[in-house]
Amino acid sequence: MRKAVRFFRNGRLIERAEFSPSTTLLDYLRLEERATGTKEGCAEGDCGACTVVLRRLLEGKLVYEPVNACILLAGQADGCEVIAVEDIAGEQLHPVQQALVDHHGSQCGFCTPGFVMAGFALYHRAEQKSCSRAKVVEAISGNLCRCTGYRPIVDATLQACAKPAADKFTRDAKEASRRLKKLADGKDVFAGNEKQFFAAPASVSSLAKLYLKHPEATLIGGNTDVGLWITKELREIPKIIWLGRVKGFDKIESRAKEVRLGAAVKIEAASEALARIDSDLGELFRRFGGWQVRSAATIGGNIANGSPIGDSPPALIALGATLELQRGAKNRTIPLEKFFLEYRKQDRRRGEFVRAVTVPKLTKGEVFRCFKISKRYDQDISSLFGAIKLRLKNRKIAEARIAFGGMAGTPKRAKTVEAKLKGLSVGDRAAMEKALVSIEQDFAPLSDMRASAEYRLKAARALLLKAMLEIAGKPSQLTRAFGRRADAHAA
Amino acid sequence: MHTLPDRLEDQAPHTVRKPVAHDSAARHVAGSAAYVDDMPEPAGTLHLAPGGSSVAAGKIRKLDLEAVKRAPDVIAVLTAKDIPGHNNIGAIVPDEPLFASDEVRFHGQPIFAVVAESYLAARKAAKLAKIQIAAARAVITVDDALAAKSKLLDDYDFINGDAAAEIAVSAHRIKGVLRIGGQEHFYLEGQAALAIPGENGEMHIHSSTQHPSEVQHIVAHLLQVKLAAVTVEVRRMGGAFGGKESQATQWAAMAALAAHVTKRACKIRLDRDDDMAMTGKRHDFRADYEIGFDGEGRIRAYDVQLAARCGHSVDLSPGVVDRAMFHADNAYYLPVSAIRSKRLKTNTVSNTAFRGFGGPQGMMAIERAIDAIAWKLKLDPLDVRLNNLYGAGRDTTPYGMQIKDNVLPELIAELARTSGYRTRRKEIAAWNKGSEFLKRGIALTPVKFGISFTVPHLNQAGALVHVYRDGSVHLNHGGTEMGQGLFVKIAQVVAEEFGLSLERVKITATNTGKVPNTSPTAASAGSDINGMAARNAAATIRGRLAEFAAKHCGVAVERISFRDDKVFADNRAMPFEEIVEAAYRARVPLSSTGFYATPNIDFDRERKNGRPFFYFAYGAACSEVVIDTLTGEMKIERVDLLHDVGRSLNPGIDIGQIEGGFVQGAGWLTSEELVYDKNGRLTTHAPSTYKIPTAFDVPEDFRVSLFKNSNREDTIWRSKAVGEPPLMLAISVFAAIADAIHSIAPGKPVPLDAPATPEAILRAVDAVRVQ
Ligand SMILES: Cc1cc2nc3c(=O)[nH]c(=O)nc-3n(C[C@H](O)[C@H](O)[C@H](O)COP(=O)(O)OP(=O)(O)OC[C@H]3O[C@@H](n4cnc5c(N)ncnc54)[C@H](O)[C@@H]3O)c2cc1C
Ligand code: FES
Ligand code: FES
Repeated sequence: MRKAVRFFRNGRLIERAEFSPSTTLLDYLRLEERATGTKEGCAEGDCGACTVVLRRLLEGKLVYEPVNACILLAGQADGCEVIAVEDIAGEQLHPVQQALVDHHGSQCGFCTPGFVMAGFALYHRAEQKSCSRAKVVEAISGNLCRCTGYRPIVDATLQACAKPAADKFTRDAKEASRRLKKLADGKDVFAGNEKQFFAAPASVSSLAKLYLKHPEATLIGGNTDVGLWITKELREIPKIIWLGRVKGFDKIESRAKEVRLGAAVKIEAASEALARIDSDLGELFRRFGGWQVRSAATIGGNIANGSPIGDSPPALIALGATLELQRGAKNRTIPLEKFFLEYRKQDRRRGEFVRAVTVPKLTKGEVFRCFKISKRYDQDISSLFGAIKLRLKNRKIAEARIAFGGMAGTPKRAKTVEAKLKGLSVGDRAAMEKALVSIEQDFAPLSDMRASAEYRLKAARALLLKAMLEIAGKPSQLTRAFGRRADAHAA
Repeated sequence: MHTLPDRLEDQAPHTVRKPVAHDSAARHVAGSAAYVDDMPEPAGTLHLAPGGSSVAAGKIRKLDLEAVKRAPDVIAVLTAKDIPGHNNIGAIVPDEPLFASDEVRFHGQPIFAVVAESYLAARKAAKLAKIQIAAARAVITVDDALAAKSKLLDDYDFINGDAAAEIAVSAHRIKGVLRIGGQEHFYLEGQAALAIPGENGEMHIHSSTQHPSEVQHIVAHLLQVKLAAVTVEVRRMGGAFGGKESQATQWAAMAALAAHVTKRACKIRLDRDDDMAMTGKRHDFRADYEIGFDGEGRIRAYDVQLAARCGHSVDLSPGVVDRAMFHADNAYYLPVSAIRSKRLKTNTVSNTAFRGFGGPQGMMAIERAIDAIAWKLKLDPLDVRLNNLYGAGRDTTPYGMQIKDNVLPELIAELARTSGYRTRRKEIAAWNKGSEFLKRGIALTPVKFGISFTVPHLNQAGALVHVYRDGSVHLNHGGTEMGQGLFVKIAQVVAEEFGLSLERVKITATNTGKVPNTSPTAASAGSDINGMAARNAAATIRGRLAEFAAKHCGVAVERISFRDDKVFADNRAMPFEEIVEAAYRARVPLSSTGFYATPNIDFDRERKNGRPFFYFAYGAACSEVVIDTLTGEMKIERVDLLHDVGRSLNPGIDIGQIEGGFVQGAGWLTSEELVYDKNGRLTTHAPSTYKIPTAFDVPEDFRVSLFKNSNREDTIWRSKAVGEPPLMLAISVFAAIADAIHSIAPGKPVPLDAPATPEAILRAVDAVRVQ
């Protein structure tokens, strides 16, 4: 058992034993260190002005992950080196900084530290050698700039990341690895006391025990939801159990017929694994939050929060995923869709936690499509989200699994439509359109600031039609304005 | 990589016309450029959090702040009772209280503020207030206000001829309605101020404001002290866009009141959600138009009613709605016209300045009318635009100003050529025929934007320049830096004047103690007026130095020149600092103020006639989009911009303004939607629900050029203002979306309203299908 959270700042070890568990990393930097280069633009993970980079060891390799310091707890930096905008220049500006200067990439400059840090993370990405405009746009999708219109920022970042030379971080990589390795002690962390603590159990069994003892504690994966309870609702959260150190929780196991994702697998990592099931899943996760959110948010959190507009649940439900839960020493596995009981109410008992989700791969004859609709393409919450899996036999629908988000109080299947589709030929457009009308029997969505009920119904039907036409052979170049499929995966 | 245009007539000047980086760029990227919240806090600094109304309209029955006062770390709770002077923050009309004390007039209206040891403690305490308000019926939308005849100010019209009669006898006529949404500024740095009390009633305020003199003014009245006791300083803002012209005042005033009451330094910075709920936005409008035209689409008469949601108080609405009227013609000659306006009072936050200041909304209406003409006559909308441009003998605006500097015919011709508009329109039409679900659209739209404050007395500026004995220059002027590059442009002007390299000119924070009685940095006029004032100040010192150098070297003063950090007497060169030191010893004054008042402007609001603008800035844009007619999703595929900045002071900065303004305008017209619920609560009060563009929304194919032009008027280095005009280039995106929808059912009008969200697009698609 370790009583303090530990991370590095500029090579200096910071150890924190007594602190308010809900202190954000941004407040730590700005208020405690008085390092004010990192900005607060929204305090809810949406603008990227607070971006810092966590450098940590992942399977023995150094990785650079951009995160939103405004909704990341200081305790979540355990085991990392925290790199902020003030830290990256040497005698001269860092290449990503200099390129921004050279390209007129800052106007008011308030967003700039965040872009610098997202660019810095991109600079250090393993695949940086093949940096492209699309990768830059993806890397900065979580950063808002209201002044420049982005063009100079994209140009600058692309130029800097096209041929990244060694910087002081690459040069001290060995030393940094050594330092960071020392922090990886595999011990349970418990900073605080019985009334107020930040805990980071290192094993499933310690987690299970601790959570049984404190079932009222708040579990956090990436804290990208809970962070807003702290910064916006100003809730007191005295007991926090962070899942980021639980051994095996961040593991992705690709088996012959399925992929098993540990509860603390980050969206960024899940994205790659799931894209291999179907490219639409890759695109869906590419659009999930910004890079900073994807580098923190977990798949377990996305499911456990029970949000009716979470993106992964409908996709995974359509694929037929199952959920593993654990309480104390007891495990159980349920179909994912059964987890969602009603609005914000899940089948999760006191002291029980999500352990993993298992996603079946597509088998022969199975096709999949999913679509996210939002006001803005990147980094927006879905107005609605639709996913469909069909099992085809001789171009006839043998089975349909359709799930939607944003259409009800929970992610929910469209059972009437599923039944109506059964037996239809995928090429029979008239029959399809007729069957899809029954979506109105499956859903009675709400109107809110994202979309009206009428729009949701209309668009839901349109998405299914689109999926059917694509499956029947229409290339996505003709059906999608963006997010087109790499493969022509048709029946 | 993007290259700057090579067509700038760059010969003589050394520093102006160069695309030098923003003066703070190196500090922006390093995180060392300080904004208000980053400044070292004086010991014992306290923090504020405002508490607002939870209803849109009503009377305060009971204000129970006991729990707030007892909350941990709370030092004081401020209400209207704590104000020694006027409880007012309204700049033009004193109709807006700092704290509501009796009547509440919008959801979120500040009623009290907590002053506590920390920001978090203040915010937590603010939640504990128990306020009873007897709710009254609230007027929320433009339509509500029209129905209730809820007016903030009198209607105001420009009437030229009998539009109704002329429309009635025109060969063709169209009537239509266009709803134009508002826009949240979403400056990345929220509202912030730090007030430090001094002795004898003095107050020093660091405020993120575009209008330090107004903050000074309001604070002085609030605290009942003389203006001279209040100093307001602004080094930089993290964006403003008009949102900190009048609406930064309230927060600075709150901090100053707290500092006055507690005798400690007090800081306020608004949480983003509070900022969005409590500060005004771009006015949303409803435009009802009727237009009469001939068979070529030439306009005979235009009648438009521009009805604006002004919110609960006057704020800057008179100027905003006036400017909408001044731009109701955009680039087109209207032989007969009726430009009417309604300034509606609603129980919503007071809408305010936003880049374009009403101009964009005025233009939107006529651009839609033009498209409607083209649809009806089955003409290319560009031809209708060309047929209606101002030209010889057709050059008088509805407010009686003659247009003399129009370059749009050439500018549009050039853009039509470089963008390949005509060919692409044909290709798109053919492509659309073969595409069932996706439809593309293209539009080329012009902008003509009037430069000057339409309130004449604001068209003045002051500057203060010192030269120190080491040859370094201290530059100060009344303009504020919000990211637009004003400071570097003016430093370029001053460096040029002295023949110095730019590094020698030290840019300093705007300060009401150095340059008094300043105008807001607004109306795009920042570099026009402050640049001239600073040049005048520098020229005075330079004149003295030249005279001294002439005497010193025994040559005629005409033989003295300043360049390359040196002073030349014929061919003899002396380092600048040597001449300065010698001049100092000879007791030559090395400091000067400078002043400038824009010439040749006068507008008589009563007679509705005159010359409100010194000149016009022009531009045009060609945008292409693709829409998904199943879902209403849209993507901008390509954009070509050609814009007139006269002869640019700094093409790097100007291109940044053009691109940034365009993207901001595109956001306004597409993804940025302000949604109020029926109780008048803004439900899109955070970036999670209010969506400004991201990098993905900017087309990869984005071509921006400066139009080769000069300013006919004698402006600073013959440049033109650039802050606002490019925003309106984004109207081309909206028109292109309408064009794409129009392809579904050619000839039918497209009832697309702004913003064109997926839902709005789909609604319009469905409407043209069933018509
Ligand atoms: C800017 C921004 C953008 C976003 N964009 C998207 C988006 O595009 N799509 C989308 O779906 N969501 C989005 N979200 C929401 C959020 O990021 C996701 O829901 C995310 O997956 C939550 O994961 P987390 O690990 O951060 O959850 P946390 O905040 O750590 O936890 C969320 C909830 O789940 C509980 N929990 C977490 N892990 C477990 C577990 N293993 N067992 C039991 N309970 C657990 C927590 O106690 C809490 O109640 C966005 C959020 C932000 C701030
Ligand atoms: S402050 Fe906006 S994402 Fe953190
Ligand atoms: S430079 Fe101002 S927000 Fe990006």
